[in-house]
Amino acid sequence: MTASLLAGAAAGIAAAVQAGTATAVALVAESFRRGREVNAGRDGLNAFVSSDEDLSRALAASAPCGGPLAGVPVAIKDNIATTHLTTSCGSKMLQGYVSPFEATAARKLREAGAVLIGKTTMDEFGMGSSTEHCAFGPAKNPIDPTRVPGGSSGGSAVAVAAGICPIALGSETGGSVRQPAAFCGIVGVKPTYGRVSRFGLVAFASSLDHVGVFGRTVDDAALALEVIAGPDTAHDATSAVRESPALRHVARDLEAMIIGLPREYFPASLSAEMRDRCDRAIAALRARGAEIRQVSLPNTALAIPAYYIIAPAECAANLARFDGVRYGLRVDSDGLVGMYEATRSGGFGAEVTRRILLGTYVLSAGYYDAYYRKAMQVRERIRQDFAAVFASGVHALFTPTTPTPAFRFGERSDPYAMYQSDIFTVTANLAELPAMSLPIGRVAGLPVGGQVIAPKFAEADMFRVAYALEAELGQAAHR
Amino acid sequence: MAVSRDDVRHVAALARIGVAEAQLDALVTELSGILAHMEVLVQVDTTAGAADEPAGMPLAADEPGSVPLARAREDGAPKMRDGFFLVPRLATHDDGERSA
Repeated sequence: MTASLLAGAAAGIAAAVQAGTATAVALVAESFRRGREVNAGRDGLNAFVSSDEDLSRALAASAPCGGPLAGVPVAIKDNIATTHLTTSCGSKMLQGYVSPFEATAARKLREAGAVLIGKTTMDEFGMGSSTEHCAFGPAKNPIDPTRVPGGSSGGSAVAVAAGICPIALGSETGGSVRQPAAFCGIVGVKPTYGRVSRFGLVAFASSLDHVGVFGRTVDDAALALEVIAGPDTAHDATSAVRESPALRHVARDLEAMIIGLPREYFPASLSAEMRDRCDRAIAALRARGAEIRQVSLPNTALAIPAYYIIAPAECAANLARFDGVRYGLRVDSDGLVGMYEATRSGGFGAEVTRRILLGTYVLSAGYYDAYYRKAMQVRERIRQDFAAVFASGVHALFTPTTPTPAFRFGERSDPYAMYQSDIFTVTANLAELPAMSLPIGRVAGLPVGGQVIAPKFAEADMFRVAYALEAELGQAAHR
Repeated sequence: MAVSRDDVRHVAALARIGVAEAQLDALVTELSGILAHMEVLVQVDTTAGAADEPAGMPLAADEPGSVPLARAREDGAPKMRDGFFLVPRLATHDDGERSA
């Protein structure tokens, strides 16, 4: 009974726990049993950096059983602070570190009755698109373990896709929830910048970072986002003026909605199979009553270069705090500066080091105007592109989430080739827009995702499109 | 714009990251390769059109509250004594003592 419950909707789990027909402790036990069944451990899918069944059972025993997530097992990315288990950011720099405080998003899940079952594998400090850059080994795609699950929130996507938990938290700076959701055949949501508090999210690039959610279904993701959204006095960059959105009661049809197809997201290089799955999704949107309109976002090609200037610049500043003094690793060497350098070279992996050096370079004297200032100006152009399309009456945009399905481990060893994985997702981070990925079918047996992008704080419209698309595609979304 | 070995040494020093001589050539190649893709930005004319500076987000009032801690912050620090973080001596401290 508990096994079938765990395989179902998060809302159904909560209803059963609220009604007393299931217990949070039994659900946690089932979650760990499922983890063993799918070999989620270090020698298997490697979904978790840390987990402890006894701890989770104890948390379940004291969890409130009247909330909207009562008894729902959840996994949380290892860069979101929790006072139990690690917050290591997938880095040797913070290996074994346990936070003295709790992130707002994690607290809200806990207060809603959810039970933490593990902190998930991620690219170090969120820098990567495959989880290959985790200091504790990569997570593996449960659909095909020879392939990456995407990243940087790969472990959270794996935990949900493998049926270990219905909901997980991830974080996004350039697509780190939507891309792994697409690769693993589940739903991934990045809300509007400011919709969800970043208090307790370890900073990578503060103007681009978001807490996001994974769900097996659109409704699971909506439920999780409703719980974690809203103002937070602990974090100044959380919007103070908008309450939590009501996402689960939006209309399921798309009558009177105009959905734009930005031509730059359907390049000639897109494979025929990807194009076919998108066409099928577009037909489904039309069948639900949407008007489909071709639109253009002309500065899209500049998004990756702008992103990979801005994000490393912010990362170079944010990660300066990891110096061996206040947190985690210290490598002793000659004098204070020697200790800083030995600690940081010993603690950071290759990709983080590369981005810190790149960010320091583009901010340094003589290059700031040529690179960083220019990138910020281009970012504004990208914002204006979206604003113009939405001002023309378009309610939401539909695009593929990624150009390809999941790639094999080691296939993208060139850093810039890896960065191209984010080509359809970084724009929403640059423009601070809500965006989500949901399954629209398979290509060569591998899941692919469709992306819905909406205007700022229009998550309700975004979810309306997603609910309708999910319902219209039905099982075709997984074929 | 290609970076040089000296550029890499310079930014590594600014970033307080120890980079071995043996790593320099690989970093020069990687960073130069990445920056070559960024050159497209330099060609963009941002002098015309609407304001190019970001408007920024409206912020909440700056009224931070105290954060309840589940455990002492010392638990996460490499070395502490009497409530202070311990760090190695600065070389300039030694110079000061010698000249005193």
